[in-house]
Amino acid sequence: MPKVKVDGVELEVPVGATVLQACELAGKEIPRFCYHERLSIAGNCRMCLVEVKPGPPKPQASCALPAAEGQEIRTDSEMVKKAREGVMEFLLINHPLDCPICDQGGECDLQDQSVAYGRGTSRFHEHKRAVTEKYMGPLIKTTMTRCIQCTRCVRFSEEVAGVDEIGALYRGENMQITTYLEKAATHELSANVIDLCPVGALTSGPYAFEARPWELKKTLAIDVSDAIGSNVRLDSRGREVLRILPRVNDDVNEEWLSDRGRFLVDGLTRRRLDKPWLRRDGKLVAASWAEAFDAVAKINPGSSVAVIAGDLVDCETMFAAKALAGALGSSLLEGRQTGLAYDCSNLAAVNFNSTLAGIEEADAVLIIGSMVRDEAPLLNTRLRKAVKKGAKVFIVGPHWDPTYPATFLGDDLAVLGDLPADVVAAFEGAAKPAVIVGGAGLAKGGREAALALSERFNIVREGWNGFNVVHMAASRMGGLMLGYAQKGGIADLIAAKPKMVISLGADEVDFTKFADSMIVHIGHHGDKAAHAADVILPAAAFSEKDGTYVNTEGRVQYGEKAVFAPGEAREDWTILRAMADALGVTVGFDSFEQLRAAMVAAVPALGTEGLADYGALPAAPAGVKPEGAIAGYPIKDRYLTNAIGRASPTLQRCSAELIHGEAQAEAAE
Amino acid sequence: MALHDKDRIFTNLYGYQPWNLPAAQARGDWDNTKALLERGQDAIIQEVKDSGLRGRGGAGFPTGMKWSFMPKESKDGRPSFLVINADESEPGSCKDREIIRHDPHKLLEGALVAGFAMRARAAYIYIRGEYIREAETLFAARDEAYAAGLLGKNACGSGYDFDVFVHRGAGAYICGEETAMIESLEGKKGQPRLKPPFPAGAGLYGCPTTVNNVESIAVAPTILRRGAAWFSSFGRENNKGTKLFQISGHVNRPCVVEEEMSIPFSELIEKHCGGIRGGRDNLLAVIPGGSSVPLVPAAEIWDAPMDFDGLKAVGSGLGTAAVIVMDKSTDIVRAISRLSYFYKHESCGQCTPCREGTGWMWRVMERLRTGDADVSEIDMLQQVTKQVEGHTICALGDAAAWPIQGLIRHFRPEIERRIATRAGDVREAAE
Amino acid sequence: MADRHPEPDSPELRARWGNFAWTPENAAKASDIIARYPEGRQRSAVMPLLDLAQRQVGAETQTQGWLPLPVMEFIAAQLSMPVIRVLEVATFYTMYNIAPVGRFHVQVCGTTPCMLRGSDEIMAACKAKGMKKGHTTADGLFTLTEVECMGNCASAPMVQINDDNYEDLTAERVTFVLDELAAGRRPKAGTQEPGRHTVEPVGVLTTLTAMVGENHDYRGEW
Repeated sequence: MPKVKVDGVELEVPVGATVLQACELAGKEIPRFCYHERLSIAGNCRMCLVEVKPGPPKPQASCALPAAEGQEIRTDSEMVKKAREGVMEFLLINHPLDCPICDQGGECDLQDQSVAYGRGTSRFHEHKRAVTEKYMGPLIKTTMTRCIQCTRCVRFSEEVAGVDEIGALYRGENMQITTYLEKAATHELSANVIDLCPVGALTSGPYAFEARPWELKKTLAIDVSDAIGSNVRLDSRGREVLRILPRVNDDVNEEWLSDRGRFLVDGLTRRRLDKPWLRRDGKLVAASWAEAFDAVAKINPGSSVAVIAGDLVDCETMFAAKALAGALGSSLLEGRQTGLAYDCSNLAAVNFNSTLAGIEEADAVLIIGSMVRDEAPLLNTRLRKAVKKGAKVFIVGPHWDPTYPATFLGDDLAVLGDLPADVVAAFEGAAKPAVIVGGAGLAKGGREAALALSERFNIVREGWNGFNVVHMAASRMGGLMLGYAQKGGIADLIAAKPKMVISLGADEVDFTKFADSMIVHIGHHGDKAAHAADVILPAAAFSEKDGTYVNTEGRVQYGEKAVFAPGEAREDWTILRAMADALGVTVGFDSFEQLRAAMVAAVPALGTEGLADYGALPAAPAGVKPEGAIAGYPIKDRYLTNAIGRASPTLQRCSAELIHGEAQAEAAE
Repeated sequence: MALHDKDRIFTNLYGYQPWNLPAAQARGDWDNTKALLERGQDAIIQEVKDSGLRGRGGAGFPTGMKWSFMPKESKDGRPSFLVINADESEPGSCKDREIIRHDPHKLLEGALVAGFAMRARAAYIYIRGEYIREAETLFAARDEAYAAGLLGKNACGSGYDFDVFVHRGAGAYICGEETAMIESLEGKKGQPRLKPPFPAGAGLYGCPTTVNNVESIAVAPTILRRGAAWFSSFGRENNKGTKLFQISGHVNRPCVVEEEMSIPFSELIEKHCGGIRGGRDNLLAVIPGGSSVPLVPAAEIWDAPMDFDGLKAVGSGLGTAAVIVMDKSTDIVRAISRLSYFYKHESCGQCTPCREGTGWMWRVMERLRTGDADVSEIDMLQQVTKQVEGHTICALGDAAAWPIQGLIRHFRPEIERRIATRAGDVREAAE
Repeated sequence: MADRHPEPDSPELRARWGNFAWTPENAAKASDIIARYPEGRQRSAVMPLLDLAQRQVGAETQTQGWLPLPVMEFIAAQLSMPVIRVLEVATFYTMYNIAPVGRFHVQVCGTTPCMLRGSDEIMAACKAKGMKKGHTTADGLFTLTEVECMGNCASAPMVQINDDNYEDLTAERVTFVLDELAAGRRPKAGTQEPGRHTVEPVGVLTTLTAMVGENHDYRGEW
């Protein structure tokens, strides 16, 4: 560990640290624009200049300089002050003075750093450079005159997203950032460049001119658009969530967020179920809560009840519904809405055991039936990193573009029983081999085949468990922990012909199979389930309630309530509690705290943030002979995967423009 | 003491004779190159070190020492590369062009000798795109050398396999910067890399690489043949050897000429260029080393020895020994402003001070040219040059700053005069 | 060069260039070029391939040649590199014409060494022939560009027209060259100074006099 001196204070820094990192360890703030922890070092903005001895008698870019034994670093000298003032001045001479109409205002690195390190006056009397806007699609709004050419967006698209969508054309003062032919950025993580852009050049299109950052209340929440459980921040004003931003969590989403998780926000205020509805003579009519509960009471199902959990619900809602069903005498609970029926008797065998961060260490990966980019975009960035470190990736299933080199082994699972020599060699030589089973794999017995491979290649070993299942629903792992799984899947519910089916936002279910059941839908959007429902009880979206979520790696996380549900809608647990009264049973809780305590008492792992312990993998079932072709992947439209997304004009536009290629030319404006 | 023709390395400098292999061999090129290689890598590097040869591309780094930085063996299987910088684009410089089109075999033989000495697997000669006919010659000369077994497998019968490839640029001065050149060779925009890592550690394709100027490489075989003592018998201490000087601008006979290092400016001009246009008294200033070095006023340059130290002593540099002479008819502010435009045009745009500063400096220079400025802006411009200099990734920022600093240092009264004159004109017009 | 822009994408552009492919001769050249670089480093060939393509387009259009977007896409595909990276390269280096040019691309060097020797007059002479900087003449014959130092400083001022340099120019000499080209003739390239061979001091050879008449071998005098 090299010892360096920063402003006279000696400290030890880790091997491989840069001078910038050394300064930060010493508690010194180093201004920067181009440098970003998760991107390659460009060293182009020159804002991080410091004085380093020994070295040439000029300031050095601290972001790019390795810290070395005996260095004397100054961040407070006259040379450094002048250097920062100079760079700041250069950055500002061609930057427009349009902060009052710039959406970055208030959270702009350029603003902040010019106050802290700039000179305060301008000596530039020439004409400022103007740069034409570049169309980048429905999500990213550009004001390229504000661009300071830090190239963070270029590096993100090349390194993290892996698509080379964005480039810097021309040279010198004419250098311009653009996509090829100003095509829309189509990558599923494209909007992260908005966060990365240190100025107002790339801002959020849908959020344009909505609010100023200081007006917003910030609430910590969990993204529900997939099973990754990305940590997000909900920025709200009054009763409306105006934007969703990723929070840093190195174990989960690093600091990225999928586009669908970010932009479903405007779906939160549209197509909402904001009052109860009852089906009368085949038509839904608005009703009061009292009428709605009367209708529920009239169903009088006895114990003939089933509960189907949708993809977006929190554990508390599922637990409350389970308690209600239990009080009525039923344990018919299911969350796998589309009919999957894989064995859930051992949760380790349906979990992403290597962890999301851990999969970066894998050196051989076999993906069985998962189109990772659609199903878990932020898992794909981890796999990219693994590949960059040398991992070999093999995929069983129809072809898709992973953005990294991967070998497709065909669509037929039979290949798993007769792996090609190169796959065998890679797995036998691997220190950290991994299998990943996706939804399409689970449907075809991929889980059992993967267990067999785990035994064959010793995939669970000291300090490493490479057996992984990647889910797509935010509620999945929590639901499985709460018993939302029947042996035969949803078919068991259908076979039971329950008198009443309670839908917890179960918008992916084929309700024609429940034609003889009364369907009570507790949900927040007028989506598929609402069309089939007999009683609609308007509930809260994830942003409108506290809740516990468990991601695909078994990580228990809590989200908080940002705003109140609209209209007469109520938080889900209160609805279930009131239903218990209507049906004349007791569920044992009268407050959210009591509910949560009861849930934790039943499933202790839900009481602790962090990875749940599911124990050891089961033995592979004997005589597994995988076969059958994977015809396709479950997600047909990555923007419209859930009820909130389907209600979002922004994601609808993304779907139309980026998936279906419908031109919605901005030029007309 | 004057340099005799027999001691000139580039004997076909003017192209009176053919460049081709038989003619080059008749002049002494490719003469038992195998024997040169048989001396061994270390002996070759030592000879070059002893000769005192300093890089001819502008920076003047000792060539032998540069070669010695290359790994003696590959520990991880990575090959080493020699990249030859023929991206001659510095305004005023026009020597490599003459070597390539009239004496290409000196360069190719040098490539083998140098590449062998630094244990390189191949050499890439990066020639600027605008040298179209020159590149044609170079390609043809290379093919001749391959056909004769001088390059390629078992080059010159030495048992050493060595390839030489020619890569054409496409119009970017910045590619003369060694790491930008490497980027360009890799098929990217020519944007300089951050150092460290230095090319000798990780250069072309991440492999150890040395980048040398054409002239540095082309003189190597002759140095080996005639010995370090011969080469170092020319020039002053620390400034050894012979050198191609390129004299342009206001002399009676502009030319490229090989002379002894440290030749006084006056001698160079009087002897080879027929003197200053209009006589010595008509000399205004000289940019002695290509556009990137500050200008030197007439009085200070006249007796200066044309070498690294001699020109440093007068606040400038030898650079590529591209001597741009300006007589008293010169609009000196415009002459420098035109260079500022050049740097603005050639800035790669990667790092802030250069991208923004070169445009700003040029625009202020243009106003100073016409006097449309305030006197205080001279100091401001000086400060801006200081904000660029030393703050950039590569030396282009410095190169853009120095000519302006030289102008302000030596011609401030002229700039002030223009401002005053224009202010007077404006006042008059207003009245 | 602030106003350098690729020729916009259009159905006409696609129709004309969408099927661009190498001529058999250039296909062979392209493979030769790619072979200059190590295995897996074929991206290094992007610059020479762009040049080759520009020349092919030039041959097809009877101009100096330029790079339509579909041609850049063709090269990106051949080298398996993202097309945005090809466009970056094409817009970074000034020798790639990203919009159509005329039969002769008259590139007048305007940097200081040429300026000192009278490049203003050369530029004026070109303008007197109806050329305008950054534009092509109505007859499609000449495109005029002011370029930066071309490395012909000891024989300044100069212009480069397509592949040839014309050095030691005066207004009369450049006018003559342009007239010859317009008339379909090929004027002698290189220095236009009578009595000058290349870059020797004109009229009075101060060194290497023995080389003029014979391929002199100086080794005997060492």
